[in-house]
This record gives sequence, C-alpha cells and structure tokens, in this order.
Amino acid sequence: MKSAIKSEAAYSRRRFIKNLGGGVVVVFCLGEVSFSSLFAQDGQPLEELDFNAYLRVKEDGRIDCFTGKIEMGQGIITSLAQVVAEELEVSIYDVDMIMGDTELCPYDAGTWGSLTTRFIDPVLRAAAAEAREVLLDLAAEHFGMNKTSLEVIQGVVSVKNDSSKKITYAELSKGKKIVRSLTKKPKLKKAKDFKLIGKPIRSLDAEAKVTGKAKYSGDIFLPGMVHATIVRPEVFGSKKVKVDASKLSDFAGVQLVEKDDLVAVVHSDPEVSQRAAKSIKITWEAPVAKANQETIFQYLEDTIQDNKVFESEGSLQLGEETSKVYRKATYHDGYKAHASIETHVATCYFEGDKVTIWASTQSPFGTRSSVAKALQMPLEKVHVKQIFLGGGFGGKSNSQQSIEAATIAKLCGKPVQLVWSRKEEFMYDNFRTAAVVKVAGGTDNNGKLKVWDFDIYCAGTRGTELFYAIPNKRIRSFNQAGVHPFGTGAWRAPGNNTTTFARESHIDVVAHAAGMNPLDFRLNNLENNEMIATLQLAAKTFGYDKEKKPGHGYGIALGQDAGTLVAMIAEVFVDKETGEVQPIRIVCSQDMGQVVNPHGATLQTEGGITMGIGYALYEEIEFNGGEMKTTNFNRYEITRFSKTPKIECVFIDKMDAKPQGGGEPAIICVGAAIANAIFDACGARVYRMPITPERILDALS
Amino acid sequence: MKQINFTLNGKPVSLELQGQESLLTVIRIYLEQTGTKYGCGLGECGACTVLIDNEAVRSCMILAEDIEGKEIISIEGLSSDGELHPIQKAFISHDALQCGFCTSGMIMNAYGFLLQNPNPSREKIIVGMESNLCRCGAYNRIVDAIETAGKEMPKKVKL
Repeated sequence: MKSAIKSEAAYSRRRFIKNLGGGVVVVFCLGEVSFSSLFAQDGQPLEELDFNAYLRVKEDGRIDCFTGKIEMGQGIITSLAQVVAEELEVSIYDVDMIMGDTELCPYDAGTWGSLTTRFIDPVLRAAAAEAREVLLDLAAEHFGMNKTSLEVIQGVVSVKNDSSKKITYAELSKGKKIVRSLTKKPKLKKAKDFKLIGKPIRSLDAEAKVTGKAKYSGDIFLPGMVHATIVRPEVFGSKKVKVDASKLSDFAGVQLVEKDDLVAVVHSDPEVSQRAAKSIKITWEAPVAKANQETIFQYLEDTIQDNKVFESEGSLQLGEETSKVYRKATYHDGYKAHASIETHVATCYFEGDKVTIWASTQSPFGTRSSVAKALQMPLEKVHVKQIFLGGGFGGKSNSQQSIEAATIAKLCGKPVQLVWSRKEEFMYDNFRTAAVVKVAGGTDNNGKLKVWDFDIYCAGTRGTELFYAIPNKRIRSFNQAGVHPFGTGAWRAPGNNTTTFARESHIDVVAHAAGMNPLDFRLNNLENNEMIATLQLAAKTFGYDKEKKPGHGYGIALGQDAGTLVAMIAEVFVDKETGEVQPIRIVCSQDMGQVVNPHGATLQTEGGITMGIGYALYEEIEFNGGEMKTTNFNRYEITRFSKTPKIECVFIDKMDAKPQGGGEPAIICVGAAIANAIFDACGARVYRMPITPERILDALS
Repeated sequence: MKQINFTLNGKPVSLELQGQESLLTVIRIYLEQTGTKYGCGLGECGACTVLIDNEAVRSCMILAEDIEGKEIISIEGLSSDGELHPIQKAFISHDALQCGFCTSGMIMNAYGFLLQNPNPSREKIIVGMESNLCRCGAYNRIVDAIETAGKEMPKKVKL
C-alpha cells in the first residue's frame, strides 16, 4: 500500500517537473514543515511525497491553483481560491482552480473525511504567501528598493507613499520561470489583516450551474462514442451461469461485450442499448438471503464475535453499583443510500494503449490506480480528468463504474459512456451500514454520570470519544468483514450519525430517568469547556427556555467529527394521531476553529442538516439478502422542501485557530436531536432510525 | 421512423425518430443540450424538468412522439441576449445550489410554477416545488430564490 502510493507520488512529481511552464511556481514540499498528518487519510505519513498542492502565477497575471481534490458541491472551488487570493493579495476572480486531474494536479488520496479545509488550506496559504514574497523580491529588484517599502493591492505592487511607482504581477512574471520549493513555513497573515478569509463569498461555480453549462461526467460526448448498458442480476453478488443473447439480432448496430460476469451492450443511441440489454436473458446463481431489513440487527449481533476495546476506564460493575439511576437500551439504524442526484457515470476513450476518463469520483487518483490494476495497465496510461460531481457524500469513493466503462471501451474499441440507472445505483451504492448500538448508562444522586457501557456493531468508533466526564466506561467496536448482504462504505461522517444517535438519545433517557432536564444534565456532565461553550451558544441562539407550543418538543444532541464540535437543538411538531413529524426549527452551533468562508460553512451545515432529516425520519433500504426492494426514489424518501425546517447556523469565533472540518460534522447530530425532540413532544422514545410514524405510534401504544 | 417537429429554445427542430424515445434522450443526447439531467428515469426527482408549452414536465417521462408541434424550453433557453433570467440571478444571489446537478430541473420547475403563480407565498412555493429533489439540501435557499424571482419576474418577463 505504502510503496504503491509512493510510486504514484514519484510519478506525479516527474510529470509535474517535465510539464512545468513559465511564470512563478511555488511547490509546497514536505520537509521542515511537517504536514504528515495530511496523509492520515491513507493511514500513514508519506515522507517521499514532496508536494501536494501548488500554484502558478502566470505570465498574464492570473493564478492557477492545482489540487488533487474535487468539487462536489462542498464549495472548496471557492474556499480554496479564497485563501490563495488572501495570501497572494489578488482578486479571488483571478484565481483558477484546477482540480482532480491526474495529469495536472499533485497526488491526492481522495476528497472525503472533511479533510480539505483542515489540510489543504494551510498548504495553499503557505504556497500563496511564498509566491507573494517571490513577487515582492522581484518588485524590490525592479524598483531598486527594499521590500519593506512596497505594498501589494489586488495583484499590483506599488511603492508606499508613491503610487506612481507600480508594477503588476503579470509584468513581474513575464518571461520568468521561477520555481520555489517551500521548505519552511512562510509568514502567514494574521487574522486581523484578513481581507477575504472569514468573509462570506458566494460560490464561484454558481453561474455555470444555473445556466446548465457546468459539465459533469455524462455531459462529455466524444466522436464515435457509444452508450453502454450492463445487464445486471436482481440479487447482489450473483454469478453468471448462462447468457442467452439470441434476441440481440433484433437490434441493428448493437454490439455485445462480455468479460467474466460483465455482460453489456453498446450502441450509439442509449435508448437502443437499453432496449437491447433487456432482450438478453442471463441465468444467475444468487447467494442465499440471510437477512432482511427487519432481521438484520439480530443477524449482525449473532454473527459478529470479534471486538476491539476502543476506550476503557474504571470498573463497569462499580459504576453500576454507585448509580442511582441505571438504564440500558439497544439502538438500531438501517442501511441508507447516498442517493446523490447524479448517478455513477464514466465517459472514456482509448488512444492507443492509453485511456482517458471523466468519472464521477471523489478520488480521481484512486480511480486511476483501480482502472490501471483492473485492466493491467501502467499508471501513466490512465488519465482521469477534472469534472464536476453531482454529489458524493462518500458514495463516489469507489471506481466500479470507471472500471466497467474502461473494460467495455477496450473490448468494443470505441469511446464509451456508462451512466448507471437509479436502479443500479440502489444496488451498487456502497451503503451506509446497518448498525446496532447497545448502551448502558447510570448517574448518582447528583446527576453525575457514573458509568457508560457502549457496544457498537458495524458503525465504528469515529467521534465516539466521550466528552462527558464518566469515571467508569467502556466503548467496544464489533465488526466483521463481509457480514453485510451488499456493499457498504463511508456515508457522510461514517458511523458517527449512528453512534451519535445512540449516545445522545441515551443521555436523554438517563437524564429523564434522573429527573433532570437534558440541557442541565449535559452541562452537569460535560468536561470539555469548548463543548460547554458550543452548547451554551446553541441554547442561547435557540431560546431553549422559551415556552413550547402544544405538540411541539425540543431536542438536544452533541457530537464531534473531523475536529469540529457540534451542538444542535431541534424543534419538531408531532401529530400524535398519525405519528407524522414536522421539523420546525434547528439551531446548529459549531466550534470549527477558523471559519474560512462563513457563507460556505453555513451552506454545508444547512445541507448536512437537511440531508440528516432524511436519515432520521425516512431513509431505509428494504431488501431480502442481496435482492433490493428499494430501487428508486418512490421507495426511498429523502428530505423534501416541505420537511425542511428553518435552520440557523452559528459558529464560535476563532479566527486565529486552525480550520477544522465543515462538510460532515453537523449531520451527525440530526438523528438524536430529532429523536429527543420527538420524545419531548409526545413521549415516544424510538430506538430505531428512521423514526417513522409507525414506530412513533408503536412507542406511544 | 417518423419525422417529429418541435422547437427547442425557440429554434425549430426536425428529427427522424421512432417515437418511443424519451424527451430527455432527445434533448440530452440527440441535441446535445446537456444542462437537462438524468436523475431517476421515473419522474421522481425532477432533475430532467423542462417546459413544454410553458408547463413544467419531467422530460424522462415524455415520449418523443408526444412533442410534435410543441414548444420546448430547457435551461439553455432561459437566459436571453446573454442576460441571466431573474430566476437564475436569484439562485446565484441566494446561493441556492451546491453540487448543481438538480439545479437545472429546480430552475425550470420554478419557471413553470412562476408563470402560473406570479408573486407566490413561501407556502405556495413549497407545494409547487415539492416533487423536485435536492440531496445537498439547498431547499430553504431555493425557496428564498424563487420568492425573490417571483417579485422580479413580472417586471422583466411578459406573462
């Protein structure tokens, strides 16, 4: 794994140095400045990967900023340009972001884990600051003056107190080829001097998107291109036994492509390839179903034996004995789809032995290595191009559609476009895993938590470190590879939605049993001052002590993800007759360090909360083994306009701090905040998500 | 095969078609106007929304044979003379989008809705937009944008 990535990095470096054009280029190097944590996403630091982002001040004065990250709606095309423009002292509109192209951009493992702002921002800021210093040196030389007597405004260097003496970045860069490697941390601006960081900047890609001009992978049409349709089984994991393609002759011009279990037809008209694919009858051997959406929880508990202790302190027995109130409960969460509106798409062509791919992927470099491996090609023979993504949420981290498209293109000898249907999406998505969390908690006479026992099946331990002070505790993680009936994977803040639901629901359960209100109970048990401040900001913004309307309830949840602390308070209305829940209002307070673009951070928070309402109230994959019953949005309800509450986002002011994650954190608290608000509204404690009307009515009866 | 005639964004189009093709394929693939998106193929998500004779429809659910003589408007036809339509401007100023994949359909559905409901209330907008899905969660901003556009549109567009 390590050496494979090293060779990818070395390849990127060679190509980069070869392709270097004119202007002033700043390469960020690992070395004295340690950003090894940048590669935590790969599990290990990579000393040899000596640059991971760079920028170029071109001879026309515009700035090219290269990063292997991709834009999928999270807004980094704007926020990264913002930090570059800040340090370089140029207009944000002069910065061109070149993202995720494996031949232009430095290696990056993938856009996930809310890592971009935390780790790429500092790198780009440093590179931009260094570029500014290089340009100032050139200007100092030009004027024959000391650098300290110069200033830069909007890409123009002028002599202080003599505005007649000025020169632009474009003029300074012209005819130059200066490459500067960043080996020590340059002087970055202080928060008080920020002109752009911390300012709300509207999305730079909005105009392309509102005019339909923004190109996604399926919008690339190539000369002679054919559209591929793959013949799929009804049950995930089926093996092909026999193919009857005898009816294919009814369709002029279609071509059959077959390799192992992959059977596809291609035609220049997608309507024809889809109809032709339906005429092919395949006999499949399907795996035996072991569970459905109702039995899966018991199945997981019974099947998984291995566990790892994640956190342990004191004695659970002593904790139980010293508790006045002690409550146990088991929380369940079903499988969820990513359900991006764009399905998985890949468009590709071969030129000789080299393939070029536009793919809806969160990991262009991952796609490059997966395709190279699957088609047994050298890395440099696979080029993944920059493209917009129609949503990711963790679901576009694998490369199945790219491998399929490249395989088909190679076999049929034509450029190929493969667009997964929504039904394919609901089978080959790597779903958010179903999970079980068994919790026991207890408090003493003073409402102080004494014991916490937390067994997690399948959801992992991300964000589960306790921020409550509890002397006796144990957190265990149970897992087993291959236990699920279909693929599972990362879903916006992996596992943390489920475990936060269980923890924060149970905190309320214990608080109510101890006769304390959920806000006081939390404040009574929190040991992290920053979390206390975050919760207090939420409570104040929400007006937690405000009187409730009949049928309305308030619910609190706290959580941590990607370095960010989240406190959420939800208000819902529950119709006790029907069990229908209407989310009314959600306040989300976050400590996310430096907020680079408060507007962008607000969009991400609102989006996460809106998406989160879906998993809390409606989203659940129905299945029998690998046979999916949920195949489209008619059976998979995501949040709609009418269910979107009023959302208020507030941030702890920390402009000189390091920025933390913003794409994922807010969503983790939605399930518990809603669950607790439902309990407050009508007394129904529902231990399973989604919290459907039926489950609420069951809990009430 | 038969000749099917219609206009797309004001331009006359004549195509040899079987008739069973979806309007979405006609617009996206045959005419290469890719702003209209495929999301679900069942009319459940609204990403493929266009206007037929000023009414918002799901192009994935319309057969080519049913568009004979019709006026079709897709997202590419909304701005005129290089100037963005008030709905497009409002989507930008309210930042009513993230990944952008549902955006064309949202804007076209909003356009069809506003043609019939000038200056609507928020409640009415929510009802009118309810069947368009956005996974990134831009709904509140989309409502804000449509509310703004609803006030601007009568001034700029002849109804």
